[in-house]
Amino acid sequence: MKRLALAAGLVGLATVPLWVGGTYYVNIASQILIYAVFALAINVLVGYAGLVTLGHAGLFGIAAYAGARLLNGGAGHLAVAAGSLALTLVAAGIFAALALRGTGLGFIMITVALGQIVWGIAYRWISITNGDNGVSIKERPNLLGLSLVAPAHFYWATFAVFLVALASMAIFVASPFGASLRGTRDQPRRMTALGHHVWMIRFLAFLFSGFWSGVAGLLYLYYNQFVSPHMVTLTASAEALLMVISGGTATLLGPTVGAALVVIMKNVASAYIERWNFVLGAIFVTIVIFMPEGLVPGTARLTRWAMAALRPRGAP
Amino acid sequence: MSLTLVLAVNSITLGGLLFLLSAGFSLIFGLMKIPNLTHGSFFMLGAYLAVSLIWRGLDFWVAAIASGFLVAAFGGLIERLLLRRLAGAELAQVLVTLGLSFMVADVCLMVWTGDPIQIDTPRALRGTTSVLGLAFPTYRLAISLIAVIFAAALWALLDRTRLGAMIRAGVDDPAMARVVGIRVSRLFTIVFCLGAWLAGFAGVIGGPILSVYPGLDQEMLPLALVVVILGGSGSLLGSLVGSFVVGFLYNFGQAMFPELAYVVLFLPMLIVLVLRPQGLFGRPAG
Repeated sequence: MKRLALAAGLVGLATVPLWVGGTYYVNIASQILIYAVFALAINVLVGYAGLVTLGHAGLFGIAAYAGARLLNGGAGHLAVAAGSLALTLVAAGIFAALALRGTGLGFIMITVALGQIVWGIAYRWISITNGDNGVSIKERPNLLGLSLVAPAHFYWATFAVFLVALASMAIFVASPFGASLRGTRDQPRRMTALGHHVWMIRFLAFLFSGFWSGVAGLLYLYYNQFVSPHMVTLTASAEALLMVISGGTATLLGPTVGAALVVIMKNVASAYIERWNFVLGAIFVTIVIFMPEGLVPGTARLTRWAMAALRPRGAP
Repeated sequence: MSLTLVLAVNSITLGGLLFLLSAGFSLIFGLMKIPNLTHGSFFMLGAYLAVSLIWRGLDFWVAAIASGFLVAAFGGLIERLLLRRLAGAELAQVLVTLGLSFMVADVCLMVWTGDPIQIDTPRALRGTTSVLGLAFPTYRLAISLIAVIFAAALWALLDRTRLGAMIRAGVDDPAMARVVGIRVSRLFTIVFCLGAWLAGFAGVIGGPILSVYPGLDQEMLPLALVVVILGGSGSLLGSLVGSFVVGFLYNFGQAMFPELAYVVLFLPMLIVLVLRPQGLFGRPAG
């Protein structure tokens, strides 16, 4: 039953450009998948490691900026991908080494500060990042002879990356490493006592998360063909965190649902009202107060509750 | 006046403003363990409210104090209605305060539009004053003086009064403070309102120098964050020293390395984090 639903969902996603009608919607679907990859990456830390980050837009942005600079410097697309992901991994290593000096609140504060540094560089270091004007790139790559200029083609390429990300997350969660990461979240002291190197487990998880954030950043660059300081603001980090939290942390489906929710809300809301930030803030507050475990587990809980209430009580 | 001196004066002024902002942030963080990400919004909201009050014909100082109280009331509502329900849930607190800061920013944009608004310098403090044969802008001197007075008053409050002793007890060991009969819950509200008042007041008196514009909140919040991480949370002396360090780093950094101003600002913080995670004047976590 569950597998059937999953297969139906994936078939539905794979055929989006065929039934959704209109390039506008195909583009929104691409955005959703890009942000889903990003949200899955953040979920590794927020959900499975219990480390809340508000600086991940920095890593997302570093990948995009590095990609844009490399591409404009004349590098091939393969070199661009390799170079920008390598740089993102180095940055993630530095982020992790600093942020893991603290846990809990300390971790959050340090990631905020690191994110703001990246923003400051993107905004101010004009000779490298072109400041507020951002950097644009001319072309999307060809994948196996398939041009990605058409929205549908780009969507399928994004979908393929998304599937790889999802699969890698599933493997990661089921692996012994995933189990030990959850262990460091729930019982760091016992994990240390059992001989696990808690810091190293968290560090590796941060790198894994950073890698997929970089992939998402690169996809975003190719999607927009433009990168500006707006994508590395605190608001961007908060939006991505909202995707994870609203969907449900430490689930595979949650971040994807959250990404869809936020991207659709953002596009729908901005069509009707100017005040997207207000809506974003209001959703944050509402979810935290009323559905603290996130939409997917929250809905599951409410459904179970409703089913139990509706079920006949049996003979008296 | 030489450039260095101008920068030094500006640094001290900014340091004074930052002290008012971060003293409250640090106390809230130290006492309640709440990372109050609306603190930058309090600063901006205070300034905007004062703009409206001054337009209604109020005197600058009256407006500054009154809008401080309005912001404090707003802060008290947030603390009582929202944060109170989330005691101990750090992630939820971060999200709620962040969500609120987005909402405040958007409401401010709606009410006061996106144009920067300059608050007029109070008439008595325009022009320059000469000290030791050098001419200083009077208003900047006044801000520095206000910061010093508030630092002394806060120190006296924390160190010399019964309330201060209770707050210190709450910072050190909330559970034990409760056991000996201190109403920590009421302390929380008092400290939160005090912090909000200071932030709102700082926003108003910063208005003539910084002016008020959308995004001011997101600009001040990281600075307060750096101050608290540098100085150590819950430490008044830490906030004071941290504020002036950040004031100098920010101004001199922008003048000397305009492109790397943020790196210059955040680098010392990172060094402190690596070498002394509890901050310069903080006590190590127990």
